[in-house]
Order: sequence, then C-alpha cells, then structure tokens
Amino acid sequence: MNLLVFAEVRDGKLKKSSLETLSEAVRLAKPLGSKVGVALVGEGIKAHAETLGKHGAAQVYVVDSPRLKFYASEAYAKAVVAAHQKLGSGAILMAATSMGRDLAGAVAALLGSGAATDCTGVKIEGGKVVAKRPVYSGKAYATVAFKKAPAVLSLRPNVFAAQETGGSAAVEDLAVAFDDADFRSAVKEVAATAQGKVELTEASVIVAGGRGLQAPENFKVRDELASVLGAAVGASRAVVDNGWRPHSEQVGQTGKTVSPNLYIALGVSGAIQHLAGMRTSKVIVAINKDPDAPIFKAATYGVVGDALEIVPVLIQNLKKALAQ
Amino acid sequence: MNLAVCLKRVPDTTTKLKIGPDGKSIDPQGVEWAISPYDELAIELALRLKEKAGGEVVGVSVDPDGNDVAMRKALAIGLDKGVLIKGGGNFDGWATAQVLASVLKPRKFDVIFFGKQAIDSDAFQVPTMVAHLLGLPRVNVCTSFEVDGAKAKCKRQIEGGEESIEVALPCVISVQKGVNGIHDKRFPSMKGIMAAKSKPVESVAAPAVESTMEVVKLEMPPERPPGKIVGKGVDAVPELVRLLKEEAKVL
Repeated sequence: MNLLVFAEVRDGKLKKSSLETLSEAVRLAKPLGSKVGVALVGEGIKAHAETLGKHGAAQVYVVDSPRLKFYASEAYAKAVVAAHQKLGSGAILMAATSMGRDLAGAVAALLGSGAATDCTGVKIEGGKVVAKRPVYSGKAYATVAFKKAPAVLSLRPNVFAAQETGGSAAVEDLAVAFDDADFRSAVKEVAATAQGKVELTEASVIVAGGRGLQAPENFKVRDELASVLGAAVGASRAVVDNGWRPHSEQVGQTGKTVSPNLYIALGVSGAIQHLAGMRTSKVIVAINKDPDAPIFKAATYGVVGDALEIVPVLIQNLKKALAQ
Repeated sequence: MNLAVCLKRVPDTTTKLKIGPDGKSIDPQGVEWAISPYDELAIELALRLKEKAGGEVVGVSVDPDGNDVAMRKALAIGLDKGVLIKGGGNFDGWATAQVLASVLKPRKFDVIFFGKQAIDSDAFQVPTMVAHLLGLPRVNVCTSFEVDGAKAKCKRQIEGGEESIEVALPCVISVQKGVNGIHDKRFPSMKGIMAAKSKPVESVAAPAVESTMEVVKLEMPPERPPGKIVGKGVDAVPELVRLLKEEAKVL
C-alpha cells in the first residue's frame, strides 16, 4: 500500500510536523515494501523536495502556482487528490496543524471518506489502516479502522519522531487544472500575531501559568522562564476568562491540546478540563502552593510552594544547568 | 437572514466517562448531556447576527436515541426552531456531514454555523464536508466574522497568526472561542425556557448513509505513573533541576 504525505510549507519553511508525518509514513511503508510519495503544494516550494527525499520520500509531486501562495482549502485538497491518483495511495497522511486539520476534511470529502484526525498511533494490519486517536478531549482513546481506501489521516504534532534516512526523491511537477471555485475559500492575507514566539501546539517545552500567579503583571515571571528554556507560553482557562491572557494561550478543553516533552505548570490547579489538554505531555512539572491541587496527580515532579518565589530561583539554577 | 446552527449533544465537560460494555463506546448511564461548548458559541454568534440583520435561526442536530435535551436548551437560549434528524449513533464525520447536508440543502440558509469541533469526537471535519456537499465556501476556526453585503469577512486562527478570508454568502463557518469577542455562551432566561416549550421542532429520518470508518475499541488513556513531590519551596529547586537533567533528560 503506497502512502502519500502532504508537506506543509508556511512562510517558505517546511513544517517540522510534516517531516514527523513523513517519517512515520516511511516506518509504516518499510515492512510492506511500499512507496512513500509526498504532495508538495504552494508557491516557490520545489527546493524542499531535497529535504523530503532525505527523510525517506521516494517521490515528490510538486504543485507550484502563484495562486497557491496562501492556503486555499478546495485548491490544496484538489492538488493532494491529484498526487494521490498519480501515486495510487492507500492512505493520505498530514500533520494535524491548523492547515492539516482543515485539509484532512477537504481531502476526505473529495474522496467520499471520513478522516481520522489528530492520530497518535497508526498501523496497517492486513491491508487495513487502523488509527488510534484521542477523543473526549483526551479523556479516552478510540481505535478506528477504515472500511475503505484511501484512508485520510492527520497525525498529532510532537508525537512521532522525524528521522533522516539519507535518500533522495524523484521529483515530478504535477499540472492541476484549477478553476475559480477552487479559490472561493482562499486566504487573502496572513498576519502574524506572535512573531518570533514559539507556537504552543508545536513546542517541545511549554511553561503555563494559572491563577496562582495572582495578577496579570506576574506573568512576566512565566515569560522569563519560558525564554530561558526556549519554550512556548500557555495559560489556564481561569486566567483567560479573567482577561489576564489571550485565548490563544489557553491550554485545555476549550483551548489547545498540547503534548510537549516538558510541561511546566505554574500556579495551575489542574482542573479536569486543563488536564485534558496537556496530560499526554511526556514530563510534567507542577509548582503550586496547594499540596492538594489535582495538578500534582498528573505531575511527574511537583514542588509545593509559591511559584512567584520559586521561579526566579529556578531560572538561576536552570541557566547554570544549561550552561554546563 | 436565514441562519442555521448545527449543534451536537455531547457529555458535559465535567462528566466522568466510563467505557460501555461493548468496549467501543461510552456508558451513557449517568452522563449529563450538554451542547458542545463551541456550538454554544456558534449559537451566540448566530443570535447576534439575527438581532442585527433580522431573520431566523434554526438549530439542526442529529438525535440517535430520542434525547432532545441539547435542542431544547438551544431553543431556550434563543433559536427559533429546530430540526432533529433521527438515527445514526455510530456515524463517522462523512456520514454525519451527508445527513446534515440532506437537511440543510433544501432549506437554503445564508450562513450555516458550527463549532470548530465537537468535544466528543474532536474530529474537525464535518463543517468542511458539509460545505463540500453543498458546494459552499467554508472558513474553519473563525475568530472574527462580519457580514458585509453579499460577503462575509472572516479571520481564522493559525499557528502564530491569523488568516483573512473573504467568502461569498451563503457559506459555512466554524467558530473558535473568542469569535467576535464571544467567550461565553448565552444563558437561557426563564422566559426563554418557557417559550422553548412551544417552539417547533421538526423530526426527520436520517437518509441511508454509510460510515467509512468504524470504532473498534475505546479505552481510557494509560494512567500516568505516579509522580513525586520533590520538596517544598525554593529549597527543592536544585533537586528539581537535577531530576529534569539526569532522570527525565529533558534539559
């Protein structure tokens, strides 16, 4: 069963999560002896084919057009389906980024199929694609089996390892006939709201703050710790609802779901809705005054105490440890 | 304007889930049902649009087992009428989209609103699929939505930024928390609750559709290994850093 991966390019950069997805496809294809192809879609993106080859893609289909400079749901889906038809793939995989989540549904609709989104595990058993994915905001996991091919899947960022295998891909330009209807949902403009900042859902380290930080101005403590660690910043629902922090930082049920290597929760009590959004983090550190706070049940390491006192000392110690 | 809100009945966020005896679905016993929180924000956005532009807001929902609690709540909040589609407990996204589209298509709505995801299946796909089936433009994860004549100006949240999209009406919109400054649902008034009782709810049978995916297993997430309390106050910091570096190896 050949596998097709959609490679996402934003601001001229190939997404790390696309390489994670590609690497997982390569691992799935190996025992089957099947081929992994990539749909590389956008404007002026062809040079990325080399990186994709290094990560194990046998074939890269390039759909390059000025009209594809920004994301256009229908047109991108059409390009992916064109590559799929060329490759004859049994599964189409992409990273579950904001683009990938949108595209998965659009591609699946074109093919008359459902999509398994945000998968944390994929298997191919007896020619059938089976995926494991969090449901009920991470409170449970569903294993779903596709009844027909192709399967359409999006893979959660930060779960699968990107791996260079040192190959090179055959590159083929694909001509796709677009019409105006393919651009009726097209993006006109992209504005950066957090330039230079690490994006929460893609971060390998996250420092989150909750009500235990006591006041909006105290979040600079969180930000300072995050900058020492090169981390993204998160917040609990309580502080977002209080207007201390924007919703884009919210982690949890009505915010973002994250699974970094290290999640540091400062003054976050750990309501079930918050835990739902971060419980798959590999290592969780909780600093909280209340020894009975539910966050300590989820934490790998807990420190009982006032985050505002502890974090400055933590920053000093981390700087030393990181310098060694 | 003729507006629709597609809403899904889900277990309330505070419900403690149990896996049912089939090992593939949750045990419905003791589950408190609610409207999926993002759908509640879609309701609020639709009601604000109606209050400005006039017209009617219709709720559309799939009802697998004769439980109309979510639709009744939505009517109490302010929707004008509802359509309940009977059938389909095990629909995947594609089947759900086809069933919804069968009801939406003949009714000719100007805007069809959804929440960006339902908080049970977390699948992020039905709005896009419905738009595809109806041949309409779609904007997902909308943070801003303004109708401007025959167009809608939208913003959509992406990693570290925002995309601007302009679509022609009719269109399909799925909303993010904070859309047009809406962070909370509207609560039903006593008058609303009384009025809801006499609002029309039409029942229609789901057309025959087939799911392309099936759930073969539902399980609770693996328990996290018990953590340790490293210590109290600033004195615990050196040990914490040592553990992060040497034991967890995350630094």
